[in-house]
Amino acid sequence: MVQARTQFGYLRHPDQDRAAADTAEYPVVIVGAGPVGLSLAIDLAQRGQPVVLLDDADRIGEGSRAICFSKRSLEFWDRLGVGERMVEKGVVWSVGRIFHGDSQLYQFNLLPEDGHKRPAFINLQQFYAEAYLVDRVRELPAIDLRWRNKVVGLESRNDGVALTIETPEGAYRIHAAFVIACDGARSSLRGMVGAEFSGQVFEDQFLIADVKMTAAFPTERWFWFDPPFHAGRSALLHKQPDDVWRIDLQLHPDADPVHEKKPENVRPRIARMLGHDKFEFEWISLYKFQCRRMDKFIHGRVIFAGDAAHRVSPFGARGANSGLEDAENLSWKLERVLRGISPESLLESYHVERSAAADENIRESTRSTDFMAPASRQEARLRHAALALAKETEFGKRMVNGGRLSTPSIYETPLSTPDGDIWRGGPRPGASMPDAPIAARDGRSLFLTDAFSGGGTGFTLLEFGNGAAVDVPDGIKTIRIGGDDGFADAAGLVGKRYDAEPGSAYLLRPDGYVAARFRHPSRPLLEAALARASGFN
Amino acid sequence: MTLSTSSNFAKPDDAFRAIVEAHRGLTEAQSADLDAALVLVLANHIGDIDVLREAIALAKRRMLEANQQQQQQQQ
Repeated sequence: MVQARTQFGYLRHPDQDRAAADTAEYPVVIVGAGPVGLSLAIDLAQRGQPVVLLDDADRIGEGSRAICFSKRSLEFWDRLGVGERMVEKGVVWSVGRIFHGDSQLYQFNLLPEDGHKRPAFINLQQFYAEAYLVDRVRELPAIDLRWRNKVVGLESRNDGVALTIETPEGAYRIHAAFVIACDGARSSLRGMVGAEFSGQVFEDQFLIADVKMTAAFPTERWFWFDPPFHAGRSALLHKQPDDVWRIDLQLHPDADPVHEKKPENVRPRIARMLGHDKFEFEWISLYKFQCRRMDKFIHGRVIFAGDAAHRVSPFGARGANSGLEDAENLSWKLERVLRGISPESLLESYHVERSAAADENIRESTRSTDFMAPASRQEARLRHAALALAKETEFGKRMVNGGRLSTPSIYETPLSTPDGDIWRGGPRPGASMPDAPIAARDGRSLFLTDAFSGGGTGFTLLEFGNGAAVDVPDGIKTIRIGGDDGFADAAGLVGKRYDAEPGSAYLLRPDGYVAARFRHPSRPLLEAALARASGFN
Repeated sequence: MTLSTSSNFAKPDDAFRAIVEAHRGLTEAQSADLDAALVLVLANHIGDIDVLREAIALAKRRMLEANQQQQQQQQ
């Protein structure tokens, strides 16, 4: 059932004909052209950084992998020039429902307020996301994408890495100042640097089926505990583009994988769930969860991102989204280090910030999995009590855990300048920037995230006008709200979401996270905050 | 807030009795189900994670020590 959606050709590269003494040297080599590697390559290229991107395959595979992409990921993809295409193709959703037996326990809305450019989530098959990213890569001459180039050897040096690469026409070598390993859950580079990948494997098995059918179910995430069509276990139903529905059924730990995977055995289960059997299978697979992460994401000049660095269970959409957050976090730091404007130690903040995010994602997804598959009789009892109490109490509903969906982490990081003023709200240093609608001087409507991504790739000062403009250090772009020449806060939501008063200002990192905020910004305050966020302590 | 271990009920015997009576006539499994639900209800009423953690630590420590003493007496 695994078919190629898109096939790419292997091309011989001139590097393969170079003599050993004349090995090609590159600043950045990314290994793995999945969503994380592709996004990272695009972001680096847009910052003017040439990138070599290697992938051991020559196609984008079908199959059921990531489907839920978060608001944060879409905002990142907007900056990469692919967000619109993803949203147009994707299925937009924000509402989830949790059922117990045949009755609804509660529903939640992940984006209950207006005034955001992007929805809480879209569902989109991973192969579409990858295809759109590859299309964007092809527009960027700074990216040298090489298919069927498999890294088989890695030698770490103080100032770089030597890679041995196997191709259909034999092996060759290249040198890189930095290698970014985005080569997925079974990362071979992880083994090559001798890193541990420790964590927990869950014994319960889950059956994933993507089925094609026309159905009138709403575009919501539906999760059942102990449904009438699948007694004693849990089930998930979620819509994807092209009339494809993701169905996830929890199986008994002792279920026989070969037997369970056969379409003739899967079909009756799903027919019971849907109440009919007018559907076709796109994909069936069986899996167990693992929650693991590397102790260190940085091994000398080899840096790990995405599933290569951390794995979570799928309930919560924390896999691909956290990988994309890794990419947006790493890109600007790497670019500054390569250009020599930040010390190499800035990269350590990538490990600090993203390993803490991985811990949070693992904690959340482990809790969800434990709730769905209790490990002992007493755990099952507590879960049963929570489900029973959820029928009539608010707190019971909130304890029932059918997956807590991915939201960006708030970083506790040395790059943040602690608040020195009084704030009653707004994103604190280390948090990502909330979106809000604004209007340009000519009346054109746009969003704060548009203004942010439209202004280049560096640090940005979001300033709430109060007379003369703030004296800003060189190289910082300004987005002014209000005042004589700024954007209008058309709906009053920017001021509200940023707890702003006239004169307030937020210093935003190139990845859209808050580095510092001030009620009364001054050049010395901004210079100190900028230095800190750039890795100078 | 910290866990209160002073006596909070005007009539502690009434409280103990109320819990005991709730278990009367139940099987072991039913009793365990009742306790599980009761723990969640009371934990939410407390609504303070630090107090809850202290309560768990106290209950667990006492339980473990009591079990040890019992074992020593049997030896």
